[in-house]
Amino acid sequence: MSATTAAAWSRTRQQPNWLVRLFEWKPFLVVACLLPAVGLLTVFLTYPLGLGIWLAFTDTTIGRRGIWVGLENFEYLLEDPLWWNAVFYSVFYTGVATIGKFGLGLWLALLLNNHMPFKSLLRAIILLPWIVPTVLSAIAFWWIYDPQFSIISFLLNDMLGVLDHNIDFLGSAWPARWSLIAANIWRGIPFVAISLLAGLQTISPSLYEAALLDGSSAWQRFRYVTFPMLLPILAIVMTFSIIFTFTDFQLVYAITRGGPVNSTHLLATLAFQRGIPGGQLGEGAAIAVSMIPFLVFATLFSYFGLARRKWQQGEGND
Amino acid sequence: MTEAVATPAAGNAATAQPETMAWDSRARRMVTLYLPLACFVVILLFPFYWMTLTAFKPNAELFDYKTYNPFWISSPTLDHIYHLLFNTAYPRWLVTTMTVAICSTFLSLVASTLAAYAIQRLRFKGSQYVGLAIYLAYLVPPSILFIPLATMVYQLGLFDSPLALILTYPTFLIPFCTWLLIGYFKSIPYELEECALIDGATRLQILRQITLPLAVPGLISAGIFSFTLSWNEFIYALAFIQSSESKTVPVAILTELVSGDVYQWGALMAGSLLGSLPVAIFYSFFVDYYVSSLTGAVKE
Repeated sequence: MSATTAAAWSRTRQQPNWLVRLFEWKPFLVVACLLPAVGLLTVFLTYPLGLGIWLAFTDTTIGRRGIWVGLENFEYLLEDPLWWNAVFYSVFYTGVATIGKFGLGLWLALLLNNHMPFKSLLRAIILLPWIVPTVLSAIAFWWIYDPQFSIISFLLNDMLGVLDHNIDFLGSAWPARWSLIAANIWRGIPFVAISLLAGLQTISPSLYEAALLDGSSAWQRFRYVTFPMLLPILAIVMTFSIIFTFTDFQLVYAITRGGPVNSTHLLATLAFQRGIPGGQLGEGAAIAVSMIPFLVFATLFSYFGLARRKWQQGEGND
Repeated sequence: MTEAVATPAAGNAATAQPETMAWDSRARRMVTLYLPLACFVVILLFPFYWMTLTAFKPNAELFDYKTYNPFWISSPTLDHIYHLLFNTAYPRWLVTTMTVAICSTFLSLVASTLAAYAIQRLRFKGSQYVGLAIYLAYLVPPSILFIPLATMVYQLGLFDSPLALILTYPTFLIPFCTWLLIGYFKSIPYELEECALIDGATRLQILRQITLPLAVPGLISAGIFSFTLSWNEFIYALAFIQSSESKTVPVAILTELVSGDVYQWGALMAGSLLGSLPVAIFYSFFVDYYVSSLTGAVKE
C-alpha cells in the first residue's frame, strides 16, 4: 500500500508544472509575498506622504491644480495667530494628557498586578473605553459636558452641594480645553494600563525577593526594580501614545469642532478645517506637514530618553 | 488571601504581597487596592452607562432632573431606537461600516500574512529592513495623510465611494498586522517547515497546510484588531465620503444626526450605543486574543 503511494508521489514530483516551479524559485516567491503589502503601503502611504509635502509648497485648492509657491504657506502660517494657538494647544494637550494617562495608567496597572478574584473579567472591562469607537464615546462625553443637563454639574450641585451653578464645560476656552484633555485621558488609560501590566508581568519575582532580603521599602522596590524594568516597554507605549495624541482629531472634532472661538483647535482639526471644508488644500497640507517636526522630536525624545536602558531587560545590546 | 501568598504561582503579585503578609490587614488592602480599583472601574464605565441610560430614557425624563432620578429610568422607551432605525438611514450606515470593515480587514490580513511569512520565514537579504520599514509605516498618523489622500481619491474617481475607504484603511492595518504576525510566526518552530520541505512540500503548501493552521490564534488577533480599528476610523471617512447613504456610522452620527441647535440626545446616544455594540460583542467573544495581541505587539 505504502509503496504504491510513494511511487505515485515521486512521479508527480518529477514533472512539476512551470507555475509550481516559479513559486519554488525563492526571489519570485519573496516578491510575490511582499507585493500586496508593500504595494498598498507605497501607493496609499508613501506616495501621499510625499504628495502632502509637495502640496504644502503649492497653492492648490479643491478643483484647481496649484502652482509652486515656495515657503509662502509656511510664512503665512507663522503670522497666523490661529496656527500658533493650535500649536500651543496641541503641545499642551499632548503633554498634559500623556502625563495623566501614564500616571493613572501605571497606577491602574500596579493595582491590576495584584492577586484578586475576577482578574481577567476586570481586565476585559477596563479595555472597553479603548475598544468602543472614539467618536461614539466622544458623543457621550459631549452629552456629559452639556451646559444645562450635565450630570457632573448635577452631581456637584444637587447631590453633593459643592457648587451652586452649572459648570459651562464647553462654553469658554479653558474649561473646554481641560474637558477635552479629561476625555482623552479617559480613553487612553486602558491601553496604557494593559500594556504596562504586560510589562509588569514579565518582571521576575525573584528580583523582588532579592530586594526584600536587602531590606528595601515598597517605594524603593518600585523605584529601583519595577520602574527600570518597565522602561523599555514604557518607551514604546509612550512613543505611540504621544504620536497619536498629538495628531488626535476625532475627539476634538466630535466634542467641540475646535470651538469655542477656535480655542481648542489641534493642528489636525485646523488642517481639516482649512483643507477639506475650506478647500485650501495647500494650506491644510502645510499645517499637516508642520506636525512632522514635532512628531519626529517627540518620537526621538521619548524613544531615546527612555529606551537607552535596554540592557536592563537582561538581554544584552543586540 | 493567605493561601494566595503561600502558593508560588501567585508570583506576579510580588509587588504588594510581602506587605500584606506582614500586616495582613483587610482594611489596608481595601483602601489601597479595592477602593481605587472601584473608582477606576466606575469612571471608565460611567460614560457607557450614561449612554445606555440616555438611549432608553423618554425625553420628559431626559431633561428633568428634579422630578426623576437621573441615574435611573422610570419608564424606559424604545422611541429613540425606533426613530433611529426607521426614520433615519441608520441601518444603511451600519451595513456600509460593516462592509468596509470586513473588506479592509480581509485585504490587510491577506497582505500582511504573506508579508510576514516572507519576512520571517523566507529570510532574504535585507528582510529585517523591510520589517522595520513596515513598522515605521505605523508611526505615520492618518492626520498627516488625509489631505493628499483626498486629492488622490478624487483623481482616481473613488470620491464618495466606500471603495476609497477599503483601499486606504489597510495603510494603518497592514503595519500592525504584519508586526503581530511576524511575532507569531517566530513562535512556530522552524523545524516543522524543514520536515515538510524534506517531505517534498512546496513553499506554498507549507504556508497553507503547516504555518497558517498553527498561526490561527495570531490571525484571529490580527483580524479582530483590524476590524475594530476600521470600525473606529473617522478622519478618512469624514474626508472622502460626501453623500449621506455611504457614510460610516461614526461620521453619520456626527454629521447627519446633529442638526440645528436642539440636539436629540436620545437618538444620538441610541446611535452611539448601537454603533458600539457590534465591536463590543465582537470584542467579548475574543477578549483573550485581544489582550494577548495587544500585549504581544507591545512586547515585540
